[in-house]
Amino acid sequence: MSSEAAVDYEKIFGRPESLKDSYTHYCPGCGHSIAHRLVAECIDEMGLREKTIGVPPVGCAVLAYNYFNFDMIEAPHGRPLAVATGIKRVLPDKFVFTYQGDGDLAAIGTAETIHAANRGELISTVFINNAIYGMTGGQMAPTTLLGQEATTTPGGRDPHYHGRPIDISRMLAVCDGVVYVERCALSSIKNIRRAKRAIKKAFRCQLDGLGFALVELLSPCPTNWKMSPKQAWEWVNKVMVNTYPLGVIKDTTGYED
Amino acid sequence: MAQKKKRGKIIIDRERCKGCYLCIEVCPFQRIEVDDTLNRKGYHPARFIGGVSEDGKSCTACTQCALVCPEVAIEVYRAK
Amino acid sequence: MRGNHVLGEAAVLAGCRFYAGYPITPQNEVPEYLSGRLPQVGGVFIQGESEIASINMVIGASAAGVRAMTSSSSPGISLKQEGISYLAGMELPAVIVNTMRGGPGLGNIAPSAADYFQATRGGGHGDYRTPVLAPSGCQELAEMTFLAFDIADRYRTPVIILGDGMMGQTMEPVVFPDPIDPETLPPKDYILNGCKGREPKTIYSMILDTERMYRHNLKLLEKYQLITANETRWETSGTDGAEIVVVAYGTAARIAESAIEELEGKGPSIGLFRPISLWPYPTMQLRSLSENVSKIAVFEFCAGQMLEDVIISVGDRAEIYFYGVPGGIVPTPADVADFLLSVGRGDGKIGRRIEV
Repeated sequence: MSSEAAVDYEKIFGRPESLKDSYTHYCPGCGHSIAHRLVAECIDEMGLREKTIGVPPVGCAVLAYNYFNFDMIEAPHGRPLAVATGIKRVLPDKFVFTYQGDGDLAAIGTAETIHAANRGELISTVFINNAIYGMTGGQMAPTTLLGQEATTTPGGRDPHYHGRPIDISRMLAVCDGVVYVERCALSSIKNIRRAKRAIKKAFRCQLDGLGFALVELLSPCPTNWKMSPKQAWEWVNKVMVNTYPLGVIKDTTGYED
Repeated sequence: MAQKKKRGKIIIDRERCKGCYLCIEVCPFQRIEVDDTLNRKGYHPARFIGGVSEDGKSCTACTQCALVCPEVAIEVYRAK
Repeated sequence: MRGNHVLGEAAVLAGCRFYAGYPITPQNEVPEYLSGRLPQVGGVFIQGESEIASINMVIGASAAGVRAMTSSSSPGISLKQEGISYLAGMELPAVIVNTMRGGPGLGNIAPSAADYFQATRGGGHGDYRTPVLAPSGCQELAEMTFLAFDIADRYRTPVIILGDGMMGQTMEPVVFPDPIDPETLPPKDYILNGCKGREPKTIYSMILDTERMYRHNLKLLEKYQLITANETRWETSGTDGAEIVVVAYGTAARIAESAIEELEGKGPSIGLFRPISLWPYPTMQLRSLSENVSKIAVFEFCAGQMLEDVIISVGDRAEIYFYGVPGGIVPTPADVADFLLSVGRGDGKIGRRIEV
């Protein structure tokens, strides 16, 4: 029997270079931290770190520039895709992506999102959908589900009073300039692995000059959903996917999976 | 033909861990448990048990724990 | 050359290589002109989907290191205030042109000049100031455009050029300054272009720690003090020994000039004090001038905005009279001459006397 000390180990999983060695402010079980790591892994594996410029949202991930280890610029709430457009048009050989939440991308930023996507800007977007406004304490998001409790929907979201949830990914798929949209989730091993493949594919769309690509990630928010991380995973897998089904929404890339 | 079983170990950075316990959920061999002591942030971190479980399983470096860890608090090592 | 075209050409010659804007009368000729001209020099033109999108594209382009510009007219400039505040907080250079029109609200497309407060008093939120240049005619439009990009880059600040609908449409001969090749501009050490060979950089304006935010604001304040010391601009004509000095900027100053000329030898001697930088306002210069003058006559195309800066500058050192026509009506030199004669008589019949 060989003892522990005599066995030679090699590291097979650790912090990606594109993620700083910092302690995040995200809640226990928050999907952001997983999403950050997946994005960082993809950027590392595709050799993009030194030519990446990222645009974070206003939302829980507003401090993403403290976590990602590449150039980043803050943008006013909802405007990352306009800011990213300015950067990418001026520096077309750099890799420009936005990382946005549901309020940033689908509420205040809806116009900037739709038009950048519709123009077919060579920008990649990671869209974190946690069906709630996290940073400001749990108000309704445009993606909050019917019946879901939020601080501004006491009693649950009512379609007649609060309106219905929006499916921005399906709306964007209508645009010719959008070449790839997929919805994944950060709520199981299988889903996380699929999410990483989707992010990489979206990044490829920019590198190959195909057009605009977006990956929506259903993301657990234990704190504002008032659940444990494990319960939050279950809520994504059993409830959220009924309004936001997982899968490829549009794919004109021709890439093999 | 007997396949050489993969042997692995993980190192959990206990100060980085926020006690979400998703790793405990996904470990196929129950090799991670809740530490009953607190870290500096006031969480009970997850702790690698290592060794062999009751039904003879040990860490195989499957990386599922690290995959789900939101804090990148887990490093995975596989025996060469 | 038409004012709006002058602006576009001057921008390109000054090294501007990015423009994003949204059509709004009376400045539509600016994006139209640049849509053809910028690609000729390898620049980027985007017709943004809104004024909001446009200013944010300028933020991106500026962060990427190019001279970037947007233009609009009053209601559209209201939309850009968020972006301007962010530019100030992030210390990014940009040029914003406001070809003013009637307001408030949707207003009209006539050449009102009622955005003085909006331009000089922030307009957006937070403790910041925006340098504002007020050209008076097409030649100055060309020169001020070069100057605006220069000030923007030198101090890392947004700069506003305040024109109006009349100036945008007027055609006058122009001699452009020598073109600037952007490659020859001093490099910017804060821009984002990928972290190869260096540590990653971040550009942001959110500073949660109050102590750090306080210091950041002090740093901005120092910058504004420096700009005040170095970039205050004004012009005087005929003020030596004048009994009345007219204070006016932009197109209003051109009309005042004509009125003053008309009244030559027909009454009290009249001079003109023309602020060219509205922020920083030539307060000290106007103040010392007003010590030797009995009457100051403020003339603006609005209900009285620069008037407040005149009151701050002059106080009770001279009598202050005001003639302002809001809504886009452009008084004729004869109207202004009548006002000045009324000022001479001190009867307050045309315009009004301001009590301080």
